[in-house]
Amino acid sequence: MSTIQTEAAVYSAVQSVVGSLHMAHTEWKDAPGLPDFSLLKRLARDQLIFLLEQLPGKKDLFIDADLMSPLDRIANVTILKQHEVDKLYKVELKPIVSSSDQLCFLIRPRIQTVKWISDLVNADKVAGRFRRYKIIFTPQKFYACETVLEEQGVYGDVTTDEWNFYILPLDDDILSLELPEFFRDNFLEGDQRWVTTAGSALRLLQSVYGSFSKVYGIGRCAKMVYESWRELMEDGEQRTRQPEFAKVFLVDRDVDFVTPLCSQVVYEGLVDDLFRIKCGSVEFGPDVTSSDKSIKVMLNSQDKVFSEIRNEHFSNVFGFLSQKAKNLQTAYDKRRGMDIQQMKAFVADELKGLKQEHRLLSLHIGASESMMKKKTKQDFQELLKTEHSLLEGFEIRECITYIEEHINRQVSMIDSLRLLCLLSITENGLLSKDYRSLKAQYLQSYGIEHLLTFANLRQLGLLEEQQAGETLTVMESKVGKLVNDKTVGKLTDAFSSLAKKSNFRALSKRLALVPKSGEEYDLRVPRDMAYVFSGAYIPLSCKLIEQVLERDGWTGMEEVTRMLNGQEFAVTGGSSSSEARSKTDAQRIVLVMFLGGCTFSEISALRFLGKERGCRFIVVTTAITNSSRLLEALLDNSA
Amino acid sequence: MTRAKPEDDEYWNSSKFKAFTFDDEDDEFSQLKESKRAVNSILVDEDEDEDDVERVSWSGEPVGSISWSVKETASSIRSGSEQSFPKIDTTPSLSKQGSGYSLSSLFKGNLHDLSPEETVRRMQKGRPFSLEKFRSLQDKLLLLDEAVAVYDGNVITAVSQILFRELMARDVALRHYVHYLKEMGEQKLLLMHYKEHLNIKDEGRRRDFLKSCLSLPFSQDDATHVQDHYTLLERQIIIEASDKKADAEIFKKFPRKASILNMPIITTLYYSCFYHYGESEGTFSSPSNIRKTFRISEKQYILTALGARAKLKSWFDVDSLFNTKNWLGYTKKKSPIGFHRVVDILHKNSAPVQVLQEYVNLIDDPDLKLSGALKYKCHDVVINTYRDLKDRQQLIVYREKLERDSPEYRKIQELLNNVQIRWKN
Repeated sequence: MSTIQTEAAVYSAVQSVVGSLHMAHTEWKDAPGLPDFSLLKRLARDQLIFLLEQLPGKKDLFIDADLMSPLDRIANVTILKQHEVDKLYKVELKPIVSSSDQLCFLIRPRIQTVKWISDLVNADKVAGRFRRYKIIFTPQKFYACETVLEEQGVYGDVTTDEWNFYILPLDDDILSLELPEFFRDNFLEGDQRWVTTAGSALRLLQSVYGSFSKVYGIGRCAKMVYESWRELMEDGEQRTRQPEFAKVFLVDRDVDFVTPLCSQVVYEGLVDDLFRIKCGSVEFGPDVTSSDKSIKVMLNSQDKVFSEIRNEHFSNVFGFLSQKAKNLQTAYDKRRGMDIQQMKAFVADELKGLKQEHRLLSLHIGASESMMKKKTKQDFQELLKTEHSLLEGFEIRECITYIEEHINRQVSMIDSLRLLCLLSITENGLLSKDYRSLKAQYLQSYGIEHLLTFANLRQLGLLEEQQAGETLTVMESKVGKLVNDKTVGKLTDAFSSLAKKSNFRALSKRLALVPKSGEEYDLRVPRDMAYVFSGAYIPLSCKLIEQVLERDGWTGMEEVTRMLNGQEFAVTGGSSSSEARSKTDAQRIVLVMFLGGCTFSEISALRFLGKERGCRFIVVTTAITNSSRLLEALLDNSA
Repeated sequence: MTRAKPEDDEYWNSSKFKAFTFDDEDDEFSQLKESKRAVNSILVDEDEDEDDVERVSWSGEPVGSISWSVKETASSIRSGSEQSFPKIDTTPSLSKQGSGYSLSSLFKGNLHDLSPEETVRRMQKGRPFSLEKFRSLQDKLLLLDEAVAVYDGNVITAVSQILFRELMARDVALRHYVHYLKEMGEQKLLLMHYKEHLNIKDEGRRRDFLKSCLSLPFSQDDATHVQDHYTLLERQIIIEASDKKADAEIFKKFPRKASILNMPIITTLYYSCFYHYGESEGTFSSPSNIRKTFRISEKQYILTALGARAKLKSWFDVDSLFNTKNWLGYTKKKSPIGFHRVVDILHKNSAPVQVLQEYVNLIDDPDLKLSGALKYKCHDVVINTYRDLKDRQQLIVYREKLERDSPEYRKIQELLNNVQIRWKN
């Protein structure tokens, strides 16, 4: 059982490094400093090297396509070559051309990939070719994969190992499990295979960065992940170190589907919606670079221009970039009238930085320009207006007409679906005649095979037909006006037992998610998290986090949790000495784990909340998501 | 901040948000363009390496020694820490009292003696285990319950696999099980069966498969769609066979870029409006036949036909789509979709200004009409609108955008010189 030992080795290694790498900061005026997450990269890299050395000699390495970018963030080709990796291939599930005597496969634990490897091994056997094979599963192996090896008769020929690369730090405050399939597997297929993975990720964080004082959560999966984490900790070693974050919040993606379905208008979110940020990096095409080539750029806090605009509403970005351009011009202009000595100093001290900034500035201006062009073409204004009306519950008929025309014109299949889902969730399902008519038109425009997509969306509660009984909602709200709160609570109880409903309208009212009409919202000076959606809507997920942290639990939010189908919890940590250090920075760092994905808009909203409250949020997510990724995961229109 | 377009006024005024538009006539956008020019015009020596951008990357430190990470360690031992990890106390059903880690079990050499709880724990941790002891169905179910209780999908699948093997070995039981599954999730299962068609490449076989699906007990709603799917592919196969060798003028002028097989209904309608416009309803390829067969709404039909005929620049056909005659024989234009949308589609297909102008004039909403006219440079409509509004100032502003001595320019000039008009400003 070498993997167990490996893991143990890594953990004990952590102990020895932690001492030296540990944050030296002791004083914080305002927002607390963040733990150093680069340590996680170092751990992952070292374990990978260890595993590669388990197969001494030259070997060819086959890597799962979706592991290439994460791998790039922690190691590079030189490191792999140093450990006798000869050639690198992408796993394509096709016959291979390799002359190496040793083949190593670095893959996610998927049956399909293991079957492909088994076929390779069997083909070699038939050809009388002898090779050594090793599969490194990451972040863990599944028994089902080993069973495939057994069934295909190659169990003894292939050795397997685990690379416990649970967490990839994407930025100072974003940690990703890089498991986009978590969403579909868990919420649609009801497959809990990744629950332990999420639990293990939390255990890793706790082992490296210390204990916590409080855990809150909501959602079925969140509960299971917490239990899995608890089991793992009870079984493993306990550390009694000074914690680096003290509060943890676990939230299921299906608690809030509205937020990821909205168009993103904060810079980073918009870049993700339009260009797709992959593993913290984006590829800007010729339309952005104003040249004939594409450029890959890392988007994170190290990019000085980006870090200043990433959380801004898009409408503020132009002004900022213009000002930056002017400042840059002034800085360059200083060169005029310099003598040789001054020029020398300028070149040595400033020029490099200026050029760097110049290049970044050009890129972001190019990106903004390209985004403007794309958005104008798609009648973005009308789209946003429709979304806002849906959130507000205003002029729903007009919205339906707009969505219908959107479908009729066969424009973006995903956008049409997104609007349909938003309509359904905000309205607690569609009236029968609307549902049938819109579905029929959708199938006509985008293909009848989407029947399965509709079945999936229905199963998840994203796009539903109102059942006859649900007309009671109307009565419910009418009665609600006549009687007192307590009675309403009882009524709501009775009604919600009729069907699982999204209850968005009621939640929105209770939590004040949609600001009152008629108020000016100055996007330059945001007053709440609603700014990430142009002042139209506060992300439900973030609002829940804010409320629970404020109340230190769910007390007083009984009605809200009932409307969210319960499954909330709050537990106090066991560290008895926590009183003494309750005022330390750690107490002001909150770890939020999104199970099923998190959007950049939510991250921006949490950064805003952190600034307001003098705390910092660290987001751990199974993957970065947005409306397209979320819906694409539920499409079933191809083989 | 930003200046809202007239068409948005109502929205912005009635709403709480500060106007923010993605319109390209926007001030900030031109500001951005200027910034771009400014940044691009800053002259610097372009001699430095191209890698600078990549170098900003947020990478970890260089590789350290790996020796420390591979230190010899004993397998994880529970420390004697008194801190226990708290359970969620709101749900007592979840907590399992008493860990399966009894001391005695550690000394047991025989894996076959382990309880379900211990076995599952061992499986979770990747330690050796044996499932052989769990022979009776009851034992197997106990094992499965335990796996489910710890939420470990990995273990759940593994235990389910052995259960399933047992079932496979008993044909009668398996049949019962399959039938049970069918009854439980019939609709979803039916759809999964229907989905199989996507794996069939040959269109004839695909059509036959879809035909075989027609007898399945889909819900009424879905049955209609599956029927449509079969009919659609059947017709597409007929149309494709004939159009592949078609030599009509239209096919030479606009050669087909792809086959029509497996395209959505609306794409098929568009294709038919493009290549088979005006055919009689009797032919499968005619727009009217497709419209009728698939119960396509008037609105949808007009939108699609408009797109196809505009693409071909058949402005006459476009006109006929909207012409209606009243009982006196006068023609009048009517549309189930807003004329601003019609103008939009015409513009996207580069309709000439005369055509655009006619349709801009048909837009009901005066604000939409003016903004459409401005956007598509229908000078006459703009000028007439300002004249009707008696807005002298706007006319003067608009004149400055026009070429000196163009007919439009002269028209404004004449209006401004007209002493009969009582300007409001």
